[in-house]
Amino acid sequence: MNKTKTFHVGGIHPDKFKITTDMPICEAGIPETVCIPVKQHIGAPAKILVQKGDRVKVGTLIADADGIMSADVHSSVSGEVIKIEDTTDAIGYLEKMITIKVEGDEWEESIDRSPDIVKEISASSQEIIKIIREAGIVGMGGAGFPTPIKLDIPQGKKVDCIILNGIECEPYLTADDRLMTEKAEQIIIGAKILNKALGIQKAIIAIDENKPRAIEIMQKLTRSYVGVNVAICRTKYPQGSEKQLIAAVTGREVPPGCLPIDVNCVVQNVGTVYAVYEAVQKHKPLFERVVTVSGNDIRHPGNYMVRIGTPATYLIDKAEPIEPAGKVIFGGPMMGVAVTNLSAPITKTTSGVLLLKKESVFNPEQTACIRCGRCADICPQGLEPFAISGYVRRGEYQEAKKIHVLDCTECGSCSYICPARIPLTDFCKLAKYEIRKKK
Amino acid sequence: MSELIIANIIILASVAVIAAIILYFAAQKFKIQNNPLAEEIAQMLPQANCGACGRAGCQDFANACATADAEQFAHLYCPVGGSKTMNQIAKKLGYSSPEHEPTVAVLHCNGTCQNAPDKVEYIGLKSCRLAHRAFVGKTGCPNGCLRLGDCVRNCPFGAIEMDKETGLPKVNPDKCTSCGACVRICPRGLYEIRPRGKDGIMIYVACSNKQKGAIARKNCLAACIGCKKCAIICPEIKVEENLSRIPTTVDAKTYGEELAANCPTGAIIYTGKKGKKDEQN
Repeated sequence: MNKTKTFHVGGIHPDKFKITTDMPICEAGIPETVCIPVKQHIGAPAKILVQKGDRVKVGTLIADADGIMSADVHSSVSGEVIKIEDTTDAIGYLEKMITIKVEGDEWEESIDRSPDIVKEISASSQEIIKIIREAGIVGMGGAGFPTPIKLDIPQGKKVDCIILNGIECEPYLTADDRLMTEKAEQIIIGAKILNKALGIQKAIIAIDENKPRAIEIMQKLTRSYVGVNVAICRTKYPQGSEKQLIAAVTGREVPPGCLPIDVNCVVQNVGTVYAVYEAVQKHKPLFERVVTVSGNDIRHPGNYMVRIGTPATYLIDKAEPIEPAGKVIFGGPMMGVAVTNLSAPITKTTSGVLLLKKESVFNPEQTACIRCGRCADICPQGLEPFAISGYVRRGEYQEAKKIHVLDCTECGSCSYICPARIPLTDFCKLAKYEIRKKK
Repeated sequence: MSELIIANIIILASVAVIAAIILYFAAQKFKIQNNPLAEEIAQMLPQANCGACGRAGCQDFANACATADAEQFAHLYCPVGGSKTMNQIAKKLGYSSPEHEPTVAVLHCNGTCQNAPDKVEYIGLKSCRLAHRAFVGKTGCPNGCLRLGDCVRNCPFGAIEMDKETGLPKVNPDKCTSCGACVRICPRGLYEIRPRGKDGIMIYVACSNKQKGAIARKNCLAACIGCKKCAIICPEIKVEENLSRIPTTVDAKTYGEELAANCPTGAIIYTGKKGKKDEQN
């Protein structure tokens, strides 16, 4: 009865490697020290509220949002603040981080730790947005866009549906899949909370076809919730990208330079929605998340509930790589960040830690472009990466801008498909940086 | 048959004549008034259109020269042509061009493959500007040279080459015109246009790392650690944010040797004879 949906411009089918699909989410445990960055979102870093030597509990506010685009940061452990200084992040640059030495596991009293599911939504719509802001919730799919801003609908704009993004189109990652399987009801209640905040009735949970268990559970549960529906999407990359998802689910096209709100949609990752449920119903700020630890040369892949600030090495030790990994990625292999510093902390936006074998890391011989046009065929934004790369090679960024390089979502499809192994996405990224710099 | 040919020739010829008359009047009406003086000046310029003078190109610079009065002319300078070209133009215009010290581009980094060994591998697009945003660099130094050669590819005079041994770009002072293309392209701002100094002898700090000494040294043996030894020898030198900067007013011949010999990490580069051997100049 349900027809599968998908977007119609471009798209690729990379190998899935979802080896951790059947592994339940388990507690990763608490490391000896955690290092919590004050900037885990786009926008200004949060203002630090604690001092060296302060004692904090799990859930204590340690940094306050500085400005509208910023987000609060909470402690993920209990213990003593031992360092507040610049520490190397995942890509090697220095960032302000708060290092906490763990002592026990004492939570703030206000957090409801019982396993009961609270169905009754008592908070009003204003209160909900306030709670979400105070819980420091940001988009957990990867971009780290502060969630309250998405829920603050500008004047004159209208929302008719909220889309829950449970696509998880990146290979390897299964964090959202497991979350939907295990915490389905909480996510649905989270969707109702967001509905209430926005004053609408409709929510669509979009799930990829390759997650049959999550689809089954969600379909069963949504029967008892009015307005919440499941949309089954045909597997294709990058369906989890906001614009492609809207096109797949509603058939609406987001015009270049516009936001989902311009086509009356709000898209939230299921991880974010779960965090919203926890914040509103259980008074629990965002200080832990599901992280997939996977790869092609490890003994113990898995899905873990990880406290924010846990060093990646802690998870890598759990995974037991057979040989030291050749490449470590935070996030998925298509859009994730290659990590240079393995002791970098897990942040609110880290959906996975991938350990790839040295031999499997793409280090190909580049050849000349043969003008096959495959990159233009598969570009989900309908761009022409081969033309963009030509302009960028000659430094003609304004010409690249004319062929809409700014609409590139950096999904990596063109680099993936290119038979000449040209890093086309890199060219687009470079053009975007240069154009934005010149503004 | 022959009538047809003749008719064709007549028609085509008359079309050609009419078109020629239209074009002649159009050319008169829309003629661009070029300043003949500017044309002559443009002939003297290097025609590199590099923009080093701050103008849109050589023609624009020539126009500016042609319309400038004596005082305005004193502020105009073509770094590529140098004093020679400027004196020629000045002679033409009857003004005088103030003496400009010849300059050259220097790289404020000595993170060679030996001093700062690679810690990670980079397999993306060979572009410093992209790599700068993607990660800290192969060496781990957040201010060091990324060694991917954006400056080499963007030098309009081919004056920069990658040194295979050190991995760093090397400025050829004979070809360098100090146009500043490298200064603009380097995402980490490692280049500086500096006076060449007397007899081409310079003294400068080849490091831009502002981290604390201990951290900087972890990544690079030749990092400036801000020890202030140089500031003791020559009080003109200022050490700020763990980084020493030798002003161009410091006389290389007087202080050069001593400064270079006393720098504990070898971050100070002296291009004179007895100083530390340096490939930069």
